[in-house]
Amino acid sequence: MSASDETHDPNRRDFLYIATGMAGVVGAASVAWPFIDQMRPDASTLALASVEVDVSSLTPGMSLTVKWRGKPVFIRNRTPEEVKAAQDVKLEDLKDPLARNANLGSDATAADIDRSAGKGKENWLVMIGVCTHLGCIPLGQQGEYGGWFCPCHGSVYDTAGRIRQGPAPENMAVPVFSFISDTKIRVG
Amino acid sequence: MSEGHSTYSPKTGLGRWFDARMPLPRLVYDSFVAYPVPRNLNYMWTFGGILSIMLVSQIITGIVLAMHYVSDTSLAFGSVEKIMRDVNSGWLLRYMHSNGASFFFIAVYLHIFRGLYYGSYKAPRELLWVLGCIIYLLMMATGFMGYVLPWGQMSFWGATVITGFFTAIPLVGDWIQQLLLGGFAVDNPTLNRFFALHYLLPFMIAGVVVLHVWALHVTGQNNPTGIEVKSKTDTVAFTPYATIKDAFAMVVFLLVFAYFIFYMPNYLGHPDNYTVADPLKTPAHIVPEWYFLPFYAILRAVTFNIGPIDSKLGGVLAMFGAIAMLFILPWLDTSKVRSAVYRPWYKLFFWLFAANAIFLGWLGSKPAEGWYIPAMQISTLFYFAFFLVVLPVLGLIETPRRLPNSITEAVLEKNKAGSGHPAGAAAAPETKG
Repeated sequence: MSASDETHDPNRRDFLYIATGMAGVVGAASVAWPFIDQMRPDASTLALASVEVDVSSLTPGMSLTVKWRGKPVFIRNRTPEEVKAAQDVKLEDLKDPLARNANLGSDATAADIDRSAGKGKENWLVMIGVCTHLGCIPLGQQGEYGGWFCPCHGSVYDTAGRIRQGPAPENMAVPVFSFISDTKIRVG
Repeated sequence: MSEGHSTYSPKTGLGRWFDARMPLPRLVYDSFVAYPVPRNLNYMWTFGGILSIMLVSQIITGIVLAMHYVSDTSLAFGSVEKIMRDVNSGWLLRYMHSNGASFFFIAVYLHIFRGLYYGSYKAPRELLWVLGCIIYLLMMATGFMGYVLPWGQMSFWGATVITGFFTAIPLVGDWIQQLLLGGFAVDNPTLNRFFALHYLLPFMIAGVVVLHVWALHVTGQNNPTGIEVKSKTDTVAFTPYATIKDAFAMVVFLLVFAYFIFYMPNYLGHPDNYTVADPLKTPAHIVPEWYFLPFYAILRAVTFNIGPIDSKLGGVLAMFGAIAMLFILPWLDTSKVRSAVYRPWYKLFFWLFAANAIFLGWLGSKPAEGWYIPAMQISTLFYFAFFLVVLPVLGLIETPRRLPNSITEAVLEKNKAGSGHPAGAAAAPETKG
């Protein structure tokens, strides 16, 4: 077919060409999506029963680890010395100045009061015990600041779970939690 | 070196019948019998064949192991122990498979360093080299996911750390990590999809190997002199010369492989992986398999923020960048001379690079503390400098040694130098004038 023949019926040919092409693109994209979508967390993973924890047995200086969303949550009744050490840190000395506390706004600062369970419960620290570097579980009451130390790549956290040294970029995350009574915490 | 025409002539009626309908015998004959190879190939050119049989061995042992393995977090560890204790010959098949992965990587590293030394990546073999890099990437993905399947402590925490790389990506990082894991942490969905992909990827490797061999047969093999084949006297037939040399090297390689399987089957593994995975307890010291160690050292070398890039993203970028260097290597080297044999300065830097790579691997097995950290940083710097500074600059300022006019001349010169041993010449067919 020569070039001049093609000009005989440009409208029908162009229409078929474009329509087929568009159907192909839209079709491929809509077929591809379920194959990607199935990889996301499924309903049973998302149906997160919140965990209720009895913390009445935790005297100052004791910790508890509970599993939530497949990850460990550290609940620590901090000693007055630990609270004091965390409160004395100046904000400008922190690598990450944000609280990373899901119970507060995203702009809350990493002052100790906003990392802890709040006024009157400053001794309580609840956080996801996962190093913000590459997801290892830090070891408690170790490292230079007497907080947590990640054995994988050497990140050091202080007694408020704030990153002080090493490759981790953020403070350990505080999950949504609340005291449902004086001795019970609900995580999630 | 494809001469353009085929010398295959079927001898039987059946052969002619096939040749007229689907000339597969002709393809095999032209590719693996009559195919001309440079007469001066040394034993470093045998790893292509060795890698092929390692891939076949991994696929066969893998399929058999999959018949006994269960990809469920509550059963996986036990099913592997069952393979070791109850399944007939299961211990042997699993040790062949786990050590086979290591030996696959030993062979591929020697193959890669051969290419680096003799400049096999230079025009017109850039695409051949890039296809090889893709195979290497697929191998790393396959090896990583295979290591997760036994569901030991190193499996679990290795998977946690490596999928954690993706959280370093700004904005969409967490979403991507959850997409990979199928949850918020490594768990049953992760194990299941890793098993499915671990089964799939070797066949994709086989597919890219076909392209790799195709590209090789278009450009022809490089050789120790790095000079292109110019005449028929520069080559010998693939069979018997290359076939026998490859087969002999395979036997020697498999002997070493067998020694590891039977006498030190866990030497290349990690004892922590014989402890069942515990999501609430990280082992004191996480290390990946040995073949990832140099990249692991590069990941951990970045302990500081670089402008807007925090140390975590920086480490991940450096690690992937280290692999990306291999992909762009053909366009970084400015020298027209291929082989290090004729490049005195390149030869020196090549050996420094090789020693540095091994040193990085050793550092990768050490904890990130003390003097290891600055050592990792200096080593990482040299790794990148080799590609980004040494290779481009050396090609411009280095004076290469005089190149022989042809492969034949190079071989005969070498033969003349060693003319005190005429018996040696008889045993070395490539040196016959």
